[in-house]
Amino acid sequence: MFEAIAFYTFAILTIVMFTITVLTRHALYALSALAAGMIFISAFFFLLGADFLGAIQIIVYTGAVMSLYAFGMMFFDTTRDVIEKRTSPQLVFSLSGLAALTLVAMFTAPIVSSNITAFYPAIEGVGNSQMVGMVLFTKYLIPFEVAAVMLLVAMIAGIILAGKKMDQSLTLMKEEEIKRQLNEKAEA
Amino acid sequence: MMEITLQHYLILSTVLFAIGLVGVMRRKNLLMLFFATEILLNAVNVAFAAISSYYGDLTGQMFAFFVIAIAASEVAVGLGLLVVWYKRTGKIDLDTMTSMKG
Repeated sequence: MFEAIAFYTFAILTIVMFTITVLTRHALYALSALAAGMIFISAFFFLLGADFLGAIQIIVYTGAVMSLYAFGMMFFDTTRDVIEKRTSPQLVFSLSGLAALTLVAMFTAPIVSSNITAFYPAIEGVGNSQMVGMVLFTKYLIPFEVAAVMLLVAMIAGIILAGKKMDQSLTLMKEEEIKRQLNEKAEA
Repeated sequence: MMEITLQHYLILSTVLFAIGLVGVMRRKNLLMLFFATEILLNAVNVAFAAISSYYGDLTGQMFAFFVIAIAASEVAVGLGLLVVWYKRTGKIDLDTMTSMKG
């Protein structure tokens, strides 16, 4: 009973928030609605008994990703409306409808559920965080390490791309400036 | 109606995915396109967690963790590129990014 009430409440809230994100013309509204939607998504994880995933969702998405977007938006002019040039809305909407229909068919088709067995079955009497740790550090240790390396690479890339002294970096200069500097270096 | 089954979660996840897909097709502003991508990733995460819970298997949750890690690094690199592009051209519209046209 309570699960049903919670599910429907959060489902409606999430759908409304994400619809606002997709349809609004104002970047700040889109950001706020997306952050709210992320928080509401974590409610589903708590409902499903995935406590650790819900906490990670709040910390990583609303804490890190959304604040990164908020800081990134300082670089852009977000007060004016987003200009969107649409070439053929009929084509876009028919394509979206077709894709959505395909997805519904994929998900609601009779899943081959009779012969699915749990690969790493849940252990009785162990909390969710503990269970996640046990599986993550045994069966999924190598993907975990690869993900760590990937995050390191992303961090270095972010620092290099958006970091200090950007006025002197090659990614920012116009072609002529780069050529002039190269010529100066060749003359010296 | 009152009992929440796996189908409920899967249909919710599909609806969220469709919303994100509409966003990806509709937006021309790159920042808004990133927002729509986040919606797509979150919709898939809901489906992973639901299947993991209903089959008593932790693999779905593990995949959701890796999806979150990938989303975080995607945002870091993508936003860095976006800032560089905005400083160079002053626009973040997709239609203006035709510098690689031959």
